[in-house]
Amino acid sequence: MADRSNFRRRLIVTWSAFGALAVGACLLAPLVGSTSIRLAVAFDRSRPFADNIDAQIFFIARLPRVLAAALVGSGLSVAGVVFQALLRNPLASPDTLGVSAGAALGAILAITFHLDFSLLGVSAVPLASFAGSFGALGIVYALSVVRRRGTSTMVLLLAGVTLTALLGAVVRFVQYIADFTETFQTVRWLMGSLDVAAYAPIGAALVPMTAAFGGFVTLPRALDLISVGSESAAARGVDVARSERVALVSASLATGAAVSLAGPVSFVGIVVPHLVRLIVGADHRLVLPASALFGAAFLIACDLLARTVLAPVELPVGIVTAMIGGPFFLWLLFRRG
Amino acid sequence: MNTWIRLTLLWALSCGAGLQPWLEASPDTRNTARIQARSRAVGPPASRPRRIVSMVPSTTEMLFEIGAGDRVVGVSNYDHFPLDVEKIPRVGGLIDPNVERLLSLRPDLVVVYDTQVDLKRQLERAGIPIYPYTHRNLADITQTMRSLGARVGLQEAADAAAQRVEQRLAATRTVVGGRPRPKTLLVIGRDRGSLRNVNASGGYGFLHDVLEIAGGADVLADMQRQSVMMSTEMILTRAPDAIIELLYGATNPSRNLDAERGVWNAVPSVPAVKNGRVYLLVGDEFVVPGPRIVTAADRFARALHPEAFK
Repeated sequence: MADRSNFRRRLIVTWSAFGALAVGACLLAPLVGSTSIRLAVAFDRSRPFADNIDAQIFFIARLPRVLAAALVGSGLSVAGVVFQALLRNPLASPDTLGVSAGAALGAILAITFHLDFSLLGVSAVPLASFAGSFGALGIVYALSVVRRRGTSTMVLLLAGVTLTALLGAVVRFVQYIADFTETFQTVRWLMGSLDVAAYAPIGAALVPMTAAFGGFVTLPRALDLISVGSESAAARGVDVARSERVALVSASLATGAAVSLAGPVSFVGIVVPHLVRLIVGADHRLVLPASALFGAAFLIACDLLARTVLAPVELPVGIVTAMIGGPFFLWLLFRRG
Repeated sequence: MNTWIRLTLLWALSCGAGLQPWLEASPDTRNTARIQARSRAVGPPASRPRRIVSMVPSTTEMLFEIGAGDRVVGVSNYDHFPLDVEKIPRVGGLIDPNVERLLSLRPDLVVVYDTQVDLKRQLERAGIPIYPYTHRNLADITQTMRSLGARVGLQEAADAAAQRVEQRLAATRTVVGGRPRPKTLLVIGRDRGSLRNVNASGGYGFLHDVLEIAGGADVLADMQRQSVMMSTEMILTRAPDAIIELLYGATNPSRNLDAERGVWNAVPSVPAVKNGRVYLLVGDEFVVPGPRIVTAADRFARALHPEAFK
């Protein structure tokens, strides 16, 4: 009984601490940028929006990218947690099973071949990217079905690495045959960017992201047991095959939504889960929400750096996350070693 | 990854896209001196080359313009102008020259981009004279025409052709001279159907120079680099009076220009958008720093100052 109330206290502390961090980041980040804006003017409704530069900088340039950063950061972080538990591998990340590579291939095909369509205000590149991630998810899912017939986690992991390499080779082939302009635009896309400049792509990404989080909510207990071992999980009454499928599909959906919105933003999905585990321990009931909230705050902060460090020129956010995440991860590895 | 990005940027350069953000800009005078020195320093003296391979689209166009087109026996994969080049064998691009095919053409002069270090070394080993080419700003175009003309033994024709280019540019400058110069954003790339990854010409390079001749004030004139990635916030704060967006490459003309122009309505406070001064120009002459640059300047000027041409 004391145990339970103790856990409830930890849950409340975790939620409120990380929640405050995420909300604080969401509120503060739109106020900072390469130019200074007057909030009173930005929120002055008596001025027509079409002429109000301060309002446009706030609502078109900054707010969408803060929201996009929150969505992408939390999606990638939770996907990372789930993949690490599912594959029982601390090095697993949202990129591991090839969903990112599928999303990248879709985007690069759309850029190179000038696909020119849009759906509900979302343009061709993010749509093709999400389709690509879905294709990769299909392959991963097929693998998981095969896996039910006695294939090991190691095989799934190897298959994911192979799929990533395969799709990566196709990406490079397309870049190689493309004209110089397209190649430049694809390279730029591959560095990641949260400057979405509209709300429609965020709304579109919210759909698969919500479905994914619907899956994640059912997972904490099962992930705790699966990350120890499938046999003991099955012995404790977990429907291992079903939980693994939910985990796989949810994490892949979140990854696909994130990558199609912002491009491949490296290292968020690997650094955030490890950092969060250092703080709250290994219990997935704490790790999952804490990662979602901390991931949002982390990516908002990285994007803030990306757009202010060299202002008015911006750094691609993927470079910032890797430059901060890379050294940190190395330190983590050597500290453990 | 880093190497790959650099290679891609160099690739872009070879085709004259002017995407050279991270490469150092050396003083213009030094480049001019290099171009002048090239006609005498490289290759055996006074031999008049008969079989020329040009690895760069802009030098191919220059060779045709000065009357050496019938001696061009090989071009790069990226050459599409003039139409005659479609019949000439292709020998690869900037980062993947096909040395075997190049040698089989038995050239007695190869025009290479200066960064093609391996190719230069291989050609030197094979005893084939080279003309190393780089381009940076507008003045380099006519400088190179003159020096390349001297190298292929057509000094007079080259001088005349270079002079024609200079005269037509001066004429454009005169037509729009004295008129108010709109702050202009020159966009050279962006994602289809959205304002993402907007890549614009910075305050350095031939596109910047052409824009200034055509009566525009470059809104990024203070940024001394050939290209700048523009964030939405930067577009809003720089508030250009006019936006010229260049569309080029093989697959472009089929695009729905009105829809692409409409994408800019996402930033309604930008004066160019508010006043309907977003111009989408389709054509390859904008990205090849060769003699067709006069057409590019003329089209910029007509877009920015239509009243001057009535």
